[in-house]
Amino acid sequence: MKSSTARAIQCSAALAAAGLLLTACGSSGGGSGSGGSAQTASTAAFKGRGPITYAAGKDTTGTVQTVIDRWNKAHPKEKVTFIQLPTDADSQRQQMIQNAETKSDAYTVLATDVVWTSEFAAHQWIEPLPASQFPLGKMLKPVVETGQYRGKLYAVPASSNGGLLFYRTDLLKKAGITQPPTTWAQMTADCAKVKKLPEAKSMSCYAGQFQKYEGLTVNFAEAVNSAGGRIVDANGKPDVDTPQAKKGLDFLVKSFKDGTIPKEAITYQEEDGRQAFQSGKLVFLDNWPYVYSLAQKSAIKGKFAVAPLPGLDGPGASSLGGSNLALSSFAKNKATALDFMKFFTSEESSTYFLKNASLASPYADLYDNASLDKQFPYLPDLKQSITKAVPRPRVVQYGDVTAAIQNEVYPALTGKKSSAQALKDLQSDLRKLTAQ
Amino acid sequence: MADTAIPPRTAAHRPGTTATRRPGRPPASSRPRRRSRATAGTGRLAALLVSPTLLVLTIVVIYPTLMALDESLYGVKGLDPKTGFISATEPFVGLKNYTDIFTQAGDRFWNAFWNTTFFTVVTVSLETMIGVAMALIMHRAFRGRGLVRASILVPWAIPTAISGLLWKWIFNADGIANVLLGHQVLWTADGFSAKVAVVIADVWKTAPFVGLLVLAGLQVIPKEVYEAARLDGASAFQQFRRITLPLVKPALLVAVLFRCLDALRMFDLPYILIGAQKGSVETLSMLAQNEASNVRFGPASAYAVLLFLYVFLIALAFVRLLGADLTGDAGGTGKSGRRRSRVARRRVREVTA
Repeated sequence: MKSSTARAIQCSAALAAAGLLLTACGSSGGGSGSGGSAQTASTAAFKGRGPITYAAGKDTTGTVQTVIDRWNKAHPKEKVTFIQLPTDADSQRQQMIQNAETKSDAYTVLATDVVWTSEFAAHQWIEPLPASQFPLGKMLKPVVETGQYRGKLYAVPASSNGGLLFYRTDLLKKAGITQPPTTWAQMTADCAKVKKLPEAKSMSCYAGQFQKYEGLTVNFAEAVNSAGGRIVDANGKPDVDTPQAKKGLDFLVKSFKDGTIPKEAITYQEEDGRQAFQSGKLVFLDNWPYVYSLAQKSAIKGKFAVAPLPGLDGPGASSLGGSNLALSSFAKNKATALDFMKFFTSEESSTYFLKNASLASPYADLYDNASLDKQFPYLPDLKQSITKAVPRPRVVQYGDVTAAIQNEVYPALTGKKSSAQALKDLQSDLRKLTAQ
Repeated sequence: MADTAIPPRTAAHRPGTTATRRPGRPPASSRPRRRSRATAGTGRLAALLVSPTLLVLTIVVIYPTLMALDESLYGVKGLDPKTGFISATEPFVGLKNYTDIFTQAGDRFWNAFWNTTFFTVVTVSLETMIGVAMALIMHRAFRGRGLVRASILVPWAIPTAISGLLWKWIFNADGIANVLLGHQVLWTADGFSAKVAVVIADVWKTAPFVGLLVLAGLQVIPKEVYEAARLDGASAFQQFRRITLPLVKPALLVAVLFRCLDALRMFDLPYILIGAQKGSVETLSMLAQNEASNVRFGPASAYAVLLFLYVFLIALAFVRLLGADLTGDAGGTGKSGRRRSRVARRRVREVTA
């Protein structure tokens, strides 16, 4: 690291030079950004055509390559190469960061998780995008917001995701319940009725993802948002030490204590919960829509349905999942990249992904399409879930924020800390992390 | 070295050169001069031959270590609240990363430090005992010995990440471990049971490695020694304590040292089996990785440097105190170290004779 300072000087010199040059020619660019010179410069900088790459997690459905092939056929001189990154999100993020830290042009278009936007944008690893060139108005609002940092668009929604309540229709019907619960109190009451049935004696009521990992952050955020609380306010300041947030966390803590949530759920990730639900151990499960098609192939086929997540006084709020497309700041051929991003996130591509990979679309009107609803009966509920969804904190240091949440919520769930103390400590941890 | 290292070619040329090219000179006076010239040449040749190794070592060991040391003196890039962008440069903070580790980040560091030490001490002692037992079994002559040897080595052949996944299923809430116990232990939750799970998985995986090295040591112990002992009426336990253990010690020490160094930088097993952010199994490597993945390379380097020093001290202690003969030529400079390693070498020679 002898060159650290030298490198820094070089960088800032280069940046300054680029800033000067580009502000000089920025006016002709038609960029929508109007902040510092860097932004004006960047939006105007979509230059260069030629081959590019698309870096995303391993494609298990085989659909990504098909869509890329379609693009390549139409644009033989601007071919897109698909770079498959590891399956888990943490490794993908790590590789993208490494790529950015070395200012490598290996990745052009990045498939980013919805929670990475602020971090990537703040580090200027990704370019601000011309919002007017994407049909953002046709997309669901909370989804579009995941791609923004400080009011500017840095990533375009490619797919979305929202939590759903899976429940056993057969058991609820037998217990004389016709409607899925919309509040937590209803859910526990329904559960008590179901548990009186002989076949449900050994079942547990409800589970989500409570292992100490990102899933815990998702489930905690859902509980807090569903009780009318929030983790950070509109300005990004932590606001978690509130009575509403406490009610949300208390629901989880109490459920663990009284057995509504089984003890072992403290080790559940998505798949553990799905397996427990499929093997008839759970009456209710909070999980992503992917469970639907897999559970249809299991022993409980035809015996379950989905509903929006319940909340404290009415339907709850899900955490948003999904992925966006961002443009690496260090890539070449950015004009091609912008066109490819438009193509890849178009309604047409999105329909294809929905039909063939059951990826939730960011486009609102796909959810009201009758023929699609027939194929995917959960779509209306998913739309409601996504429109009412709350994104996880959009902060630059997301990795530290999610770790802080896990570090405080986990001991609360296991009974090592009171929920009040956990929230108080979390508030002060988050205040430090967002103070910069 | 000078006597032995003269290439044979020099010697072969000697009569020819003295006879034809320098007839006037007495052979006696020319010999020392020629030898010294030859030595200089050999020195140069030796330097030339060793230089690629030194170059590679510099590139892959020394340079990265110095880089890490230097990087650990830089802080975290700050966020400009006005623009919302992270600054492009890392500020030079001197030793602040280190002082932070021992003050404000102290709890987490010491927790990771004790976890690392705990895992090293517990797993290596268990592995040594089980490994020696395995080696003794593998050393016996019996039917199907090849099969037993091969099957004992299977865990060692499996990549750690894969065995981490494997044990994750075993330690699942509904996994085999709980079925066998008839009691639900939440192994992968954050707690002491998580530590136990990591120890079990690590011992399962690496005891065969110790077994393998010890087996190699056992195989060079001459049978006559045991025969003589038996004639003298030594019991099986006495034979083990007085013959097997001392004679296998050099091999065992190398195995234990390797295991210690490996266990000190344990990362993938707890990371995959139990997960990140779990205080009960977080090791120093995991701490460094966590810092680096949150784009704080300075503090991450500081952790890595401390871990490096810890590993280095343990290795040094091994070589100095226990006389583990790693270099093969008693490279130690301490008197006791040299004596001990000489003893160890003599043993090896006895054994290999």
